[in-house]
Amino acid sequence: MSNTRATAADSASLDTFPRLLMHHAQQRPNRPAMREKEYGIWQTYTWAEVAERVRSIASGLAELGFKRGDRLAVVGDNRPRLYWSVAAAQCLGGIPVMMYQDAVAQEMAYVMQDAEIRFACVEDQEQVDKMLEIKGDLPLLEHVIYDDPRGLRHYNQRFLHGLDEVLEMGRIHHQNHPDFLGNEIDKGSPEDVSVMLYTSGTTGKPKGVCQSHSAFIAAAQGGCSFDKLTDQDDILSYLPMAWVGDHLFSYAQALVAGFTINCPESGETVMGDLREIGPTYYFAPPRVFENLLTQVMIRMEDASSIKRSVFQHFMDVAKRCGADILDGKPVSAADRLQYALGNILVYGPLKNVLGMSRIRVAYTAGAAIGPDLFRFYRSIGINLKQLYGQTETCAYVCLQPDGQIKLDSVGTPAPNVEVKLADNGEILVKGPMLLKAYYKRPDATAESINAEGYFMTGDAGFFDEDGHLKIIDRAKDVGKLTGGGMFAPNYIENKLKFFQHIKEVVCFGNKRDFVTAFVNIDLEAVGNWAERKGMAYAGYTDLASQPQVYELIRECVEQVNADLASDPNMSESQIKRFLVLHKELDADDGELTRTRKVRRNFVAEKYEVLIDAFYAGRKEQFIETQVTYEDGRTNKVSANLRIEDAKTFPPQARKAA
Amino acid sequence: MARQIGDVIVDLQNISLRFGGVKALTDISFNVKEHEIRSIIGPNGAGKSSMLNVINGVYHPQEGQIFFKGALRKKMEPHEAAEQGIARTFQNIALFKGMTVLDNIMTGRNLKMKCNFLQHALYWGAAQKEEIAHRIKVEEVIEFLEIQDIRKTPVGRLPYGLQKRVELARALAAEPHILLLDEPMAGMNVEEKQDMCRFILDVNDHYGTTIVLIEHDMGVVMDISDRVVVLDYGKKIGDGVPEEVKNNPEVIKAYLGTSH
Repeated sequence: MSNTRATAADSASLDTFPRLLMHHAQQRPNRPAMREKEYGIWQTYTWAEVAERVRSIASGLAELGFKRGDRLAVVGDNRPRLYWSVAAAQCLGGIPVMMYQDAVAQEMAYVMQDAEIRFACVEDQEQVDKMLEIKGDLPLLEHVIYDDPRGLRHYNQRFLHGLDEVLEMGRIHHQNHPDFLGNEIDKGSPEDVSVMLYTSGTTGKPKGVCQSHSAFIAAAQGGCSFDKLTDQDDILSYLPMAWVGDHLFSYAQALVAGFTINCPESGETVMGDLREIGPTYYFAPPRVFENLLTQVMIRMEDASSIKRSVFQHFMDVAKRCGADILDGKPVSAADRLQYALGNILVYGPLKNVLGMSRIRVAYTAGAAIGPDLFRFYRSIGINLKQLYGQTETCAYVCLQPDGQIKLDSVGTPAPNVEVKLADNGEILVKGPMLLKAYYKRPDATAESINAEGYFMTGDAGFFDEDGHLKIIDRAKDVGKLTGGGMFAPNYIENKLKFFQHIKEVVCFGNKRDFVTAFVNIDLEAVGNWAERKGMAYAGYTDLASQPQVYELIRECVEQVNADLASDPNMSESQIKRFLVLHKELDADDGELTRTRKVRRNFVAEKYEVLIDAFYAGRKEQFIETQVTYEDGRTNKVSANLRIEDAKTFPPQARKAA
Repeated sequence: MARQIGDVIVDLQNISLRFGGVKALTDISFNVKEHEIRSIIGPNGAGKSSMLNVINGVYHPQEGQIFFKGALRKKMEPHEAAEQGIARTFQNIALFKGMTVLDNIMTGRNLKMKCNFLQHALYWGAAQKEEIAHRIKVEEVIEFLEIQDIRKTPVGRLPYGLQKRVELARALAAEPHILLLDEPMAGMNVEEKQDMCRFILDVNDHYGTTIVLIEHDMGVVMDISDRVVVLDYGKKIGDGVPEEVKNNPEVIKAYLGTSH
């Protein structure tokens, strides 16, 4: 199907995103390109309509003085009109700079200064207010365009424009200069920078990753042919637009394959919207899959005993044979029959509740996914796969091929991508999807791409016997215990995070005698557990300090220790001491990145007293921490944290408990 | 401020209300101007809710006159008040707990529905068209108050603060000229109060709705009101912009008491 999509002559000229867009507007003008839920009803925009709007926005931007090479900051939730403005900037040879919508004003100011932004297209009043707050620090910023006019009627700054106004200006401009935009699109080259995405800044300040049209198109084409995506597919676009994954799936692949993207009504309605749309192609970080499963499990715990036992029975059947059926492996007739029955009674309705009835391909990435979690989705017949990639590689390095799914690998190198390992285990990649450069940072660019043109990912991993890549940890995070054993914090943390009661873990142990851990409990799961036990608690801090909760976490820790003991490489990194933190790690306090990864060094510095207490053998430690609320106010929380010891196991021992 | 305070829309003159021998309101005069936020404050039992009930026709004062949009108002029943564009919310939430948020808000459109019961029961032709038109209005309100995610949730399952917001939504669905809010923030936490304040200001700003508000939280009242009237034991003891009222010795006495 995919090779009939465009003739050979066509595809040669389809080398930039604006050309792809115009191509779809001609080839399939009446197919839905985008849907958005407005006033409770899904509104559809066809490819022809999208092309017309993009042309108008682009012409409007030109009227405002947007020039080739200018950068357009784009901030907001996944709204069709923001995607259009991305395409509009590209039509003019400009570069959209995607920014995280939940970033506070000061973080935005940094990116906007770094990228030398003259034009910004933002979603709503909230974002406009941030722009006004930092306008003083941004002498280059000339125009701010907003999508949703609500609450902005009394804003009379000259540099503020409604997107409707820009659209109208563009329509008039297009009437007067009908050839203008076509010429601009013709001037575009596939080697032009198509977008700038900022790295999350796990280490140091964020860097602007410049990706060319050809890089993103190569990554998108590879992915589309790998998973046989066509213009009949549907995807729900709900992950931050500034994240490379969303740009690949909802923008690049949608424009390459011509499928439909669906924008949810708001962040809170994603679950319901997912059910209504029933996408065929779905992407979510492990956290989302985990939350969905947690919600299902919590609801099952409250169900009647008959329902619970039916559920349990068929989940056991699924565990036994579900994944094999999905992979096309031989399964006994009796099991097939049972599975078919289960599909009617449990899996089908469950998938429907999750909004996953129509899914052909689902991906997860961004963090390691728990084996139980991964197996659960595959066993009920959802083709969940893992991929591996980073902002610098258009999120396109390794993909799991259908039918060859391994829980702890990220699959084989994707089409046209070359992967090799450095001597220290670091993963190196080369291919058409590599970044052009970090913006204005030749030093960083030179540092990350070696002499042979390989991008150094900074991840440590190895290939297994079937050529599947396994990721262990960040290469620089892998350390050594004083006893000489390897310490891979992520590896241990992920094992713990797979327990539903644990939300976040930070391990310490590099150049120390033994491994210790900070634990964040999952308020929803533990709260529900506490409720059923009849325990009273006043909030996160109170719940986290309850002795029963410590017991609950200790069980998890000891289970992980037993597991680690059976792995000869890891047996020394069993967790000897742990504590449950009094507050949730939060991006607003700088403890997590905006993509919710732990900033290890920052946490280590901030909670130094706790780490000292671990290794000094203290039983408890007082700590006071400042917390920042979403509106920027700060407050202090303090607690006397208990530190507990966990049982460890001799190497090679089987699970004793 | 772009919002223009207009002419007097409700003018209450020398209102007295008695329940048997109990005087609820005594000789109270004040007015409400178009597009303003007018607050009524006072200690418990001061007669605030009675005052609202007089405005929307639940109680009929024994003495005094009410001018509504310049015309002397005869004895008016609540449904007539509603038809003339006066909507209200209640101190104790008065929603249909078993119905969804959407259905509850739809009831706010009740008065604007032209088709009869039978047509609606059949849901055919004009009735269907009408319902769709009303649904659009309701969806606008849902978006305005940011309650899209609970559209299909039964009201009884919602937390208190959200129920209050749904009640406001239902009142708004009637597209009122005057909105009477009876303690919209009672029992809310700080964040919910902030949200509610923002919505009240937004409603006033966006739709130009005149708002008469009863509220106990002085911070809120002084922040968002254009003018405040103060009642105590059924008598008016203060009236004016928040700054004046705050410094009025009578008001301070009523709220804090005096040493004897």
